[in-house]
Amino acid sequence: MNKKLMPSVRVVVAMSGGVDSSLAAFLLSESGEKGFEVIGITLKLWDYSEVGGDLYKDGRCCSLEAMNDARNVCQKIGAPYYVLDFREEFKDEVISNFINEYKKGRTPNPCIVCNTEIKWKLLWNKAKKLGAEYLATGHYARIKHSPEDGRFLLLKGADPQKDQSYALWGLSQENLSKTIFPLGELTKKEVRELARRYDLKTAFKEESQEICFVPDDDYERFLREWEDGYSAKDLSQIKSGPIYDLKKKKLGEHKGIPFYTVGQRRGLKIAAGKPLYVVKIDPEENVIYVGENKDLFRTTFVVSDLNWIYIPQLEDKMECLVKIRYMHTPAKAVISPHFENVGTGLVEGSEIPLSGVPVRNKNRTTTRVVPTKSDAHKKNARASSCTPLKVLVEFEKPERAITPGQSAVFYEGEKVIGGGVIEKTLS
Amino acid sequence: MERKIYLDHNATTPVHPEVLEAMLPFYQEGFGNASSIHSFGREAKVALEESREKVARFLNADPLEIYFTSGGTESDNLAVKGVAWANKKKGNHIITSQIEHHAVLESCKFLEKEGYEITYLPVDRYGLVDHDELKKSIKKETVLVSIMHANNEMGIIQPIAELAGLAKEKGVYFHTDAVQSTGKMKIDVNELNVDMLSLSAHKFYGPKGVGALYIRRGVRLTPLAHGGHHEKSRRAGTENVPGIVGLAKALEIVHSDMQKEERRLKSLTETFFKKVTERIPDVFLNGHPVLRIPNTLNLSFKGVEGESIILNLDLKGIGVASGSACTSGTLEPSHVLSAMGVPGDLAQSSLRFSFGRSNSIDDVDYVVQLLPEIISKLRAMSPIYQK
Repeated sequence: MNKKLMPSVRVVVAMSGGVDSSLAAFLLSESGEKGFEVIGITLKLWDYSEVGGDLYKDGRCCSLEAMNDARNVCQKIGAPYYVLDFREEFKDEVISNFINEYKKGRTPNPCIVCNTEIKWKLLWNKAKKLGAEYLATGHYARIKHSPEDGRFLLLKGADPQKDQSYALWGLSQENLSKTIFPLGELTKKEVRELARRYDLKTAFKEESQEICFVPDDDYERFLREWEDGYSAKDLSQIKSGPIYDLKKKKLGEHKGIPFYTVGQRRGLKIAAGKPLYVVKIDPEENVIYVGENKDLFRTTFVVSDLNWIYIPQLEDKMECLVKIRYMHTPAKAVISPHFENVGTGLVEGSEIPLSGVPVRNKNRTTTRVVPTKSDAHKKNARASSCTPLKVLVEFEKPERAITPGQSAVFYEGEKVIGGGVIEKTLS
Repeated sequence: MERKIYLDHNATTPVHPEVLEAMLPFYQEGFGNASSIHSFGREAKVALEESREKVARFLNADPLEIYFTSGGTESDNLAVKGVAWANKKKGNHIITSQIEHHAVLESCKFLEKEGYEITYLPVDRYGLVDHDELKKSIKKETVLVSIMHANNEMGIIQPIAELAGLAKEKGVYFHTDAVQSTGKMKIDVNELNVDMLSLSAHKFYGPKGVGALYIRRGVRLTPLAHGGHHEKSRRAGTENVPGIVGLAKALEIVHSDMQKEERRLKSLTETFFKKVTERIPDVFLNGHPVLRIPNTLNLSFKGVEGESIILNLDLKGIGVASGSACTSGTLEPSHVLSAMGVPGDLAQSSLRFSFGRSNSIDDVDYVVQLLPEIISKLRAMSPIYQK
């Protein structure tokens, strides 16, 4: 893009204070190659005083240091910079979803909720009010406009190690049409080199891997402390209960459903001759089931709460690659429209209750989950002719630890077909 | 170069060139420690005491009653905590208002944790403290009443003399935070009838990091900082002589043409308000229509968040604020507007314009020309605004 051709197109860059978003802002700015009018914004999403953990531990997003670093980069490129306070909204949308999912025995992806509900909804609304035409972030992913059908496609980032398309499956067509990912074609190594070359203060900053609002990575501590501060009633609902093996033989006691994740091995406190893993969590009965590693492998699962990107709707069976957590290598599978009333009732795993509409999807215009069991038949019957509300995924080979609450993202090569949230495993 | 207009003089003001000129010698040749015996110290000490005399004169106080501090916040803390701690034997009750600056409010909250009882007086819809409420609230355990002179967010001026009179009758100390009024109007501690008064240099074209607390002779007060005999042992720490010289000089400058500047600012804000309301519908004035400092206008633009207006104006080079600079960046509507009973949505849409010496009628015209477009764009995007 030529500088002269884009004199005053305004773009808001969401800045975490890390090297990626710093370089994204730089590249888009007049100092960089794209020549947009950049506005840097950091969202204040939480406080150390609220979430616990160490205020002085390195400069992660939402720390003072992170904001100082982002401000410094904006000063350098001559861009205005603002910190917007979204703490209430973050609590309502992301943290409450995080806690509720764990309570239901599921393992949430808060970054994905934050992307769809905070960054691409609230921040984008704010950006429009500032006259911005685009929203940019430092994600490693690419967007392509497909002239044939007019759709905006989401593609993996060019760096296979860093690809972050998994966390972006919830973006709507409107979102994608108004988003720029300046790092999509770059590798992390190139990003660091460029940041160093342009003398950005954040060039050498360390990567953050954990959930941002659990800075010490101790989510059990977070759940306990947050609940303490939030509502004692909620805390009292967390009860210890039995740990069974798959034959329902009691092996020990668990501390409470929210503190376990499918696939977890550590912290079970069971003496057995072989390694044991959490295989299934039953929040209704307050039971944790454990088994051997082989018991973690499953083939079939249901995904709900869907968003489609490459296609307008899944009409029929489709072969694709499916990724079931951030660090998972996508595996071959067949996805097909799934209707709840088609004989899935009593299969193993189905006792995990339906979660209803997750908090985060309450305003999205894409398909929604059936809200309750009782009227599922009626709604599905009506919907079946046009809108499949769920997707059945059948892996070619069994995969380890398919975890309810995590996102499943469907790929065709580089392209994201769509995604959703894993509801339950079937077999 | 883009035009820049500063309309946030209640947050801070630029140092007047003559103030800077008066300060500079005391960073270099006059660098001495005012407590030193030798000539270097004496020079600083002379400047310090001359400044004290000057400040006292403008406040109609005795130089012995002027204590220099690091600014308004420290002055407020010293007055509130100092009196509370020193008068424990008499009682543990303090009266303040709901619309104070956080320097007073947070000091009171801190004392509450120490076991003090605090009464936060309500205000009416114009932001005025109720005379009768204060009268009713004073009891035998009351040791201090602290009510601000001019409110930083709204510009409302409280009838301090009258309120202080009530406290005096009952033998209760009265403190006023005059950080926003000092330099904008005449301050006479005897007319105001107060025992303590806080002021801060950077609000009237002096440097940041220096202020003063007037403490009437005889007031019992425990210091916050210990460590030396500075400021008659009520505020230990080597005196910030250049800053203090700057404070006194700034006060002198603003007093040299105060009435003229008051009239000029009053006319600017009135013109601004008139033009804004002519061109933009659904604009509301917050605070008292008459009892106000001349430079401050707090307006609510129905249906638009104040924050969005601020950012849009910033992108055009215009600096304004919503509420106080100390609390901006938080979502809660201003505690002052809440206390005045302004509904949440109107409180969220409030904006503070505070004019100063650098502003002219051209600035008014420029902003008035830009504002309608910003407001109508934001209103068009607002889900709640209907024409």
